[in-house]
Amino acid sequence: MSADDLQHPIKRARGLGSAQSGVGHWWTQRVTAAALVVLAIWFVILVLGLLHADYASARAAVARPWNALLLIAFVVTAFWHAVLGLQVVIEDYVHTRWKEVSLLVAIKFLAALGALASVLAVLRIALGA
Amino acid sequence: MADTRRPLSPHLQVYRWQVQMVTSILHRVTGVALAIGTLLIVAGLLSLASSEQSFAQFKALLGSPVGMLLMFGWSWALFYHLCNGIRHLVQDTGAGYAIPQFVRSSWLSVIASLLLVIATWAWVLMAGGAS
Repeated sequence: MSADDLQHPIKRARGLGSAQSGVGHWWTQRVTAAALVVLAIWFVILVLGLLHADYASARAAVARPWNALLLIAFVVTAFWHAVLGLQVVIEDYVHTRWKEVSLLVAIKFLAALGALASVLAVLRIALGA
Repeated sequence: MADTRRPLSPHLQVYRWQVQMVTSILHRVTGVALAIGTLLIVAGLLSLASSEQSFAQFKALLGSPVGMLLMFGWSWALFYHLCNGIRHLVQDTGAGYAIPQFVRSSWLSVIASLLLVIATWAWVLMAGGAS
């Protein structure tokens, strides 16, 4: 801080806060949670409807446009919400910096791979590939 | 540990157990479990996209005793995290922080999640069991 900086230190902590990301994490966690309330209930109903479905009818159900769309939305939102939640758990309990950072990056890689693999699978089924 | 001389708090072992503690801890535990459980959904979708044979293997895995236990645990974790998550969203508006309301909504999350899991599995059994 230079001598002619009249800004009070608390001013720097407010607004976007010391991490400079503001309430982005908190808010995104809530928005994905709200989406998942609807999507998770829909997913449970979809799975219950497919209990005794054979391979062909299960594929046909996933291939229906609305089901394919909502499935992709569900899986991507679920992984997104999971990363935000796991991040907080790791930050709370892993106190060795290199382990913490490695885990934070690892869960992001895993979640991205999981989400992409699911999207690809749904697209393959929906497009009949 | 960066600096173990810092004061450590809260001392969980000296607290009397209260339902609010249980719901808070369970929310984390079920959240982590669900994050891992999401990989089951990925496995299911991949097997469905791949071949009839691999989908049959996936269904056999879920139908095995271990698979059924996983599915039962996953369904309860989902319903609990869902109910308690809605409770947290309501509390994020600033509502329900008076202690009696807080305790009541904690119990509501637990009981509603149990009712939902019982209703779901009753429906599965009536539909002729999971296979």
